[in-house]
Amino acid sequence: MAHTRRLVPHGFLAPAIVLFGLFFALPIGYAAHLSLHSMQVKGLGLGRNAREEVWVGLDNYATALADPELLAGAGRVLRYGAMLVPTMLGLALLFALLLDLPRTRFRAFSRLAIFLPYAVPGIIASLLWGFLYLPSVSPGYFLLNAAGWSGPDLLHGDGLFLALTNISVWGGTGFNMIVIYTALRAVPPELYESARLDGCSEAQIAWRIKIPLIRPSLVLTFFFSTIATLQVFAEPMTLRPLTNSLTFTWSPYMKVYRDAFVQGGLHSAAATAVVIAAVTLLLSFSFLKLVNRRAAS
Amino acid sequence: MQRRTALAVIALAGSLALTGCDGGAPAATGPVELTMWSWASLQKVAEMWNADHPDIKVTVQEQGGGDELVTKVITAAKAGDGPDLVQAEYQMIPTLVSNDVLTDVAEFAGGAEDSFSESVWKQVTLGSPAVYAIPQDTAPLALFYREDLFTQFGLAVPKTWTEFAETARQLKQKDPNRALTTFSSNDAGLFAGLSQQAGATWWQTSGDTWKVGVDDESSRKVADFWGGLVKDGVIDNQPMYTPAWNKALNDGTQIAWVSAVWAPGTLTTSAPDTKGKWKMAPLPQWTAGAAKTGSWGGSATGITGKAAKDGKAQAAAKFATWLNTDPKAIAALVKEAGVYPAATAAQSSGALTTPEFFPNQPDFYALAADIAKGTAAAGWGPNVNVAYNTFKDAFGKAATEKSSFPAALRTVHETTVADMKKNGFKIEG
Repeated sequence: MAHTRRLVPHGFLAPAIVLFGLFFALPIGYAAHLSLHSMQVKGLGLGRNAREEVWVGLDNYATALADPELLAGAGRVLRYGAMLVPTMLGLALLFALLLDLPRTRFRAFSRLAIFLPYAVPGIIASLLWGFLYLPSVSPGYFLLNAAGWSGPDLLHGDGLFLALTNISVWGGTGFNMIVIYTALRAVPPELYESARLDGCSEAQIAWRIKIPLIRPSLVLTFFFSTIATLQVFAEPMTLRPLTNSLTFTWSPYMKVYRDAFVQGGLHSAAATAVVIAAVTLLLSFSFLKLVNRRAAS
Repeated sequence: MQRRTALAVIALAGSLALTGCDGGAPAATGPVELTMWSWASLQKVAEMWNADHPDIKVTVQEQGGGDELVTKVITAAKAGDGPDLVQAEYQMIPTLVSNDVLTDVAEFAGGAEDSFSESVWKQVTLGSPAVYAIPQDTAPLALFYREDLFTQFGLAVPKTWTEFAETARQLKQKDPNRALTTFSSNDAGLFAGLSQQAGATWWQTSGDTWKVGVDDESSRKVADFWGGLVKDGVIDNQPMYTPAWNKALNDGTQIAWVSAVWAPGTLTTSAPDTKGKWKMAPLPQWTAGAAKTGSWGGSATGITGKAAKDGKAQAAAKFATWLNTDPKAIAALVKEAGVYPAATAAQSSGALTTPEFFPNQPDFYALAADIAKGTAAAGWGPNVNVAYNTFKDAFGKAATEKSSFPAALRTVHETTVADMKKNGFKIEG
């Protein structure tokens, strides 16, 4: 009887462990296996069994790290993230605070309206904005031209970062606003009352009471937004056909996709993917550790 | 509760057993079932076959465009899965053969050789005794231009590339808001075709060694020519197939397009307001009086290794041969899928009726057959996808920055060669 009882927790854990193993550990293990191998062809490489998988050790990693496009891609993504995360979270916080003001009208409608773009899939959003970025078909440029101005070039050079950031801000602000707003609603209203009695203005309440109290959710949204930024893929992939300036290696994920599925280099792509995963994990853990330490002190 | 779970488990096991049967070898009785992946709409043509051939039943599954389909079919083949027949562009055939996707059906389909021109047939045999696919359509390049706007601006249809450049300059002078055409970097197939016209063969084999000629003299000449036009600002440098490009074709901001015989189909959707205003002319020539052209696309019906493994290769080859050589099938192909057939007999037969979008050019296909006669041979290699993708990025950058096109071509060449070496291909030079 005692024996069975000891097995019970394992029984409860089993589904999770099996699913974790099948859909997480196993694919990662397979990627690691691929990354240490390579496909070698003999002679012309035509005909049956012309390809053979061979062990290459860390060769694929050496190639992946030596490719300047990977680092350049990481740089582009960092620049994009540096523009996106503060803008998006700043707006989300601002909207959440405004919605939380006691005298706000049309609260439910505004909340829904700001949230709605989040429900639009990234690819659709990118297509939509892509049309607006093309000067010859965009109503925005039409109006600017009618007013005698020439619009900015959003599909080349620096403008491209603005274009991509804009799509993500448009799509992501609503979700983050809801998370922050929910945290704000959980703050006991007595705190505000006593603050008002002490002569605090709404701005002071927001700055001195609300923001410090909802810091955990700010950290959380920052963390998730950063990870989402590192994984940026759909937006640049969708804008790519519209411009000459978005290469297939614009972001590290795009490079992995190109190597694996467009150029047939599954093995080198696996190595690059493992490198990206390792860096992401490292960044996530050090960030969490930093936050925990600050929270503890 | 427990009993219900038990029942569910039994049901699940039962369905697993059933699917297990489905995936197995074909039953001894009943027709041979073939599946085909294609992007052209071949459903109706397959139905015609099915009605006449109760012993072989073909199901067509329509798929997305060329590159995606290649990725999908290679991935499926690695998993021992996928269709029995697949539509493949000629340039992708070596890649598919090299990845063990296509099988040799020379013993079943070798007789089809006489129906096709030598240069087309060579692309499905890769110059070996094997036959990997049956040619379906070809796509010789031609010049498409707005007849009305050429008349309005007093432009003559250019017969040589020198005249083409001159025409582009004249138009820019007369109306700076218009451009003769654009140089688009988003499909290397067009540039490859233009290079073939100039005499390039990008991949060749001798014995068991590859020779890559992406950066040969003829291709460099083509790169230099288009780079010059972009640099001087006499043509546009924005990519094709964007909403902006559609608009430019539709409202006459761009008045010509170097394309292939399938262009009417694209123009129908891209520039719907310009019906009856376009005309096709032979591609401008490097030497006055010559009549050469290259190809942009064109596809064949490949028979997969999976079909061979399941013992269906013969049936698949029989269908592929019928689909692409039988006059009735070709007539349906032309009607349903709008292709320009590869079979030489069909190119001058009554199967081809003037494209609806070109009512002003009743001799469209007679002219096409004439142009097709001068199609230069193409040679493809096992990593065309690498070359094409490098092309997009390198020429995209060069077109935007108006920098050297031959330098971009060099990048494409070097990346292609490095990729082949890395994979272990024997390569010359």
